[in-house]
Amino acid sequence: MLLFGQGQIGPEPFARPNEIGEDPVFHHQHLDASTQTGVGVFYLLIVLMNLGFAAYWFYNRRDRKQANIWIVVALVFLIHAAAYLFHAGWILPAFIRNAVDDFIGPVTYFMLSLVLFILFIYYRKGCTEPPVAWGILNISLLASGWAITDSNFRSIITKEDNVPIVLLIFSVGFFTWLGMRKAVVNDERMARGEPPLEKLEDEKVLVWPDLVYTELICMVIATFILVIWGVVLKAPLEQPATSAKAPNPSKAPWYFLGLQEMLVYYDPWMAGVVLPTMILVGLIAIPYIDFNQKGNGYYSFNERKVAIVTFNFGFIVLWVTLIVLGTFLRGPNWNFFGPFEYWDPHKVLPLNNVNLSDMFWLGLMGRVFEEGKDWFLRELPGIILVVLYMAALPPLLAKTVLKPFYVRMGFVRFFVLVTLIQFMAALPIKMVLRWTMNLKYIVYIPEYFFNI
Amino acid sequence: MSVGDYIRNSQVWKSIFRHPAPRDRRNRVVVMLTNVFLHLHPVSVRKSGIALSYTWCMGGLTFFLFLVETVTGVLLMFYYRPTLEHAYNDILALRDVTTLGVLRELHRWGAHAMVITIWLHMYRVFLTGSYKPPREFNWSVGVILLVLTLLLSFTGYLLPWDQLAIWAITVGSNMARASPFLGYEGPGATLLKVGDVSLIHSGSDARFLLLGGRFVSGDTLLRFYVLHCVAIPLAVAVLIAIHFWRVRKDGGISGAL
Repeated sequence: MLLFGQGQIGPEPFARPNEIGEDPVFHHQHLDASTQTGVGVFYLLIVLMNLGFAAYWFYNRRDRKQANIWIVVALVFLIHAAAYLFHAGWILPAFIRNAVDDFIGPVTYFMLSLVLFILFIYYRKGCTEPPVAWGILNISLLASGWAITDSNFRSIITKEDNVPIVLLIFSVGFFTWLGMRKAVVNDERMARGEPPLEKLEDEKVLVWPDLVYTELICMVIATFILVIWGVVLKAPLEQPATSAKAPNPSKAPWYFLGLQEMLVYYDPWMAGVVLPTMILVGLIAIPYIDFNQKGNGYYSFNERKVAIVTFNFGFIVLWVTLIVLGTFLRGPNWNFFGPFEYWDPHKVLPLNNVNLSDMFWLGLMGRVFEEGKDWFLRELPGIILVVLYMAALPPLLAKTVLKPFYVRMGFVRFFVLVTLIQFMAALPIKMVLRWTMNLKYIVYIPEYFFNI
Repeated sequence: MSVGDYIRNSQVWKSIFRHPAPRDRRNRVVVMLTNVFLHLHPVSVRKSGIALSYTWCMGGLTFFLFLVETVTGVLLMFYYRPTLEHAYNDILALRDVTTLGVLRELHRWGAHAMVITIWLHMYRVFLTGSYKPPREFNWSVGVILLVLTLLLSFTGYLLPWDQLAIWAITVGSNMARASPFLGYEGPGATLLKVGDVSLIHSGSDARFLLLGGRFVSGDTLLRFYVLHCVAIPLAVAVLIAIHFWRVRKDGGISGAL
């Protein structure tokens, strides 16, 4: 019988097992045989996917040009597959990895995801064209294949509990494409005065067999995937619990890592309690504040622009990409690490963030406050800003830019909507203030644990 | 007479299925009405409403994964004891010794998958505007189900009692001590006092309620185990019943009006 603290069972928590003879910092790496075979099989599957896509264009759409393009793409992947199956040991060149690591940081990561999101929304028609979307998928698979040749990247991505996030990335990507594609098609139809596609098929069919068989097939496929997943990948089990030694980093379960990332910018009472509560209140409130009667029961973008952009911004940019950031790019001490960077627990980043009260009183007025005295006066500038943001902004918006909304929604709906959006915007606002002004707290009253 | 016909004409078979096989229109209607599981469905639906590219089947998969979690979870309860003495070793035994140890993998990966499918289900419902009248209330029920799903996953995360488990729960539950008014390090907590005695301290705040102690301990393990295996699944089951019932009552699966 095993007792607590006895022996080394399972891997060291969050240690980075590097292959023998590798220098994790300077990227002198090599690939072992089984990894190469795995990567080769991965490329072989992509070859098959592309051949299937080419066959679809050739036989179903009679489009030789498209078919040829995807055969060429398949050949590119076939070369990769052969290289790895014959263990050529190609590794992504160190200068590329270093360039990526140098470029990417919390700011560039967030701005990049935001820019890509805006581009996707703006060029939604082009982006969702099947060949374009397929090309994007191919590029992301190729990038994944290249990246996984780096041992630092590999050891994070293949951590058992991180595998669901790889699944999350690709499934959210796929369904974002699918939803937007159907919306674009419907929008074009409606612009021509035709009904949305869903409306064309509104004759009734019997649930047996049309629905119950679909459900059965879905259940069988889901069971199949789950069993394969369970047999291939062991559930993680680390050393027995001990309160004596905290792993570094200590991470919440992956679906809460977006919230944990918010801790960089807000104190626990905001990031861990108030903002999550507002997310849930906001989700529940959606049907009661969305007064737009259109777009009920079919995909459409043009009929519900504000609603879809807001929700997608919250779900994709603020939720999913922050989970990805928190999982793959946050290492020891919650420091930011590039995807190919070694998780060095001794990495030190200077923290030179300043409170607003210090900026105002010390920087502008040259006045120093005694510790624990006159906190109200000290924090007055920040308190005024927060009160103005929360209390004065909604009526101002109601009178000016958002007047049409206010008129159509009425008092209660409008103020609930604006308050929710203010809380949602609170995160990016604090991010930008942190990045541009090194702002730590807008209001800092440690006497009452009230820091914003 | 073939064996199949013999079975189908026996008294036992006919007592279970009170009508012929669903091969013609009449019996395809009757089968939906006479089976307690199938009658969750209507008899007929709009063709557009059941197209896989429209529904993504994510709500159905979430429910299916809930059933998978229930079955594998009940089986795992035979092997696992939620005490400091046994918890970790029982999981170790599931990994190394127990014949059906793969149940733990199914349970864990199924739980992760369920979190993803429930998000995608909400995403689909949002993109098709299916929360709009008359389905507002059912969307709210769905959000509560989302919260309960995350709590189910969160409470289950502690049970293996390894380093991954207790520190993830420590990080997560540390938030509770910062709750406004209810956590002893939350804003406003120092204001709640009678005379000089503060009501909210580390032995009486929200985190203490969650953990059953000042830190993650054996009491937490028991508390999370009961929540994970009994309390939350019961609440989820009730809400799923409401959710499905309201899908029917609010006009069936959504489609173009």
